[in-house]
Amino acid sequence: MKRWIMVVPLAVFLLVAVFLYKGLFLKPDELPSAMIGKPFPAFALASVQGDRSLTQADLIGRPALVNVWGTWCPSCKVEHPYLNQLAEQGVVIHGVNYKDDNAAALKWLADFHNPYQLNIADQQGSLGLDLGVYGAPETFLIDANGIIRYKHVGVVDATVWREQLAPLYQGLVDEARP
Amino acid sequence: MRRWLAAAVLGLSLAGVAKAAIDTYQFRDDAERERYQQLTKELRCPKCQNQDIADSNAPIAADLRREIFRMLGEGKNNQQIVDFMVDRYGDFVRYKPALSGRTWLLWFGPGILLAGGFVVLALIVRRRRGQAVAGNTELSADERERLAKLLDKERTHD
Repeated sequence: MKRWIMVVPLAVFLLVAVFLYKGLFLKPDELPSAMIGKPFPAFALASVQGDRSLTQADLIGRPALVNVWGTWCPSCKVEHPYLNQLAEQGVVIHGVNYKDDNAAALKWLADFHNPYQLNIADQQGSLGLDLGVYGAPETFLIDANGIIRYKHVGVVDATVWREQLAPLYQGLVDEARP
Repeated sequence: MRRWLAAAVLGLSLAGVAKAAIDTYQFRDDAERERYQQLTKELRCPKCQNQDIADSNAPIAADLRREIFRMLGEGKNNQQIVDFMVDRYGDFVRYKPALSGRTWLLWFGPGILLAGGFVVLALIVRRRRGQAVAGNTELSADERERLAKLLDKERTHD
């Protein structure tokens, strides 16, 4: 019997352990967005309030968060108070009301406060499809030229804002300032 | 006669039900239906991972199926449809990823492992065969004498 064969089980165990340990911190449900670096897709949809029609040109001018939400989405309710807080701090937030009932959306905004500057009513989900949305809430960060720079899937809370979105947003604001 | 008629009518109604449950989309011909089935099997649902969009009941999968049906109706080819999905959801949605610098290991990894296995197997077989040839199986004169003695002993005991 050769000596080195006795080491094989230990080596295999260590190899598997390394991969399993790494697996603990993987988030397979967070896909990298294919939209990063691309312009915000073209659309022509009504606002949730129904008072005007919106196109991608309306998003250009200032860096902003574009938050995909719906009243059917429980996590959206979780993140809503934090969006209100961000809006109060002066962060520009636009909404995409994704595959929702418009009356329910209006009631939601009346009940829980409206943090959105513009709110796009995407009842058919066509804009969501062009954005590569696969679940709400999703939050895109666009620059002053309307280019998508970052996407966060899931609830935006204080930690996500502080660690991921805030530095990027601030960077874009500085970039936009001449 | 009346019984036969009733049976025929019942049979027809059954066929209608079965068809409605399967076909939600009306295709122009069988070729288009086949392409639809192939595409929905090749594309992965972004929400319910590890399911293709043909298999998934998630709303997003239904949207993507509708989108594929629409594009088939517009006469787009398979490559255009797959590109449409990849543009929005990334390479992730392809169960058959394109061959690129990032995916060559996916494509060739299993083959490389298999070839490696054969190389190891061949090495082991060759070494074993070498040992068998090197090890002398013939008995030496001494050994033959001992064997004869042992056998003799056995026989005297009988």
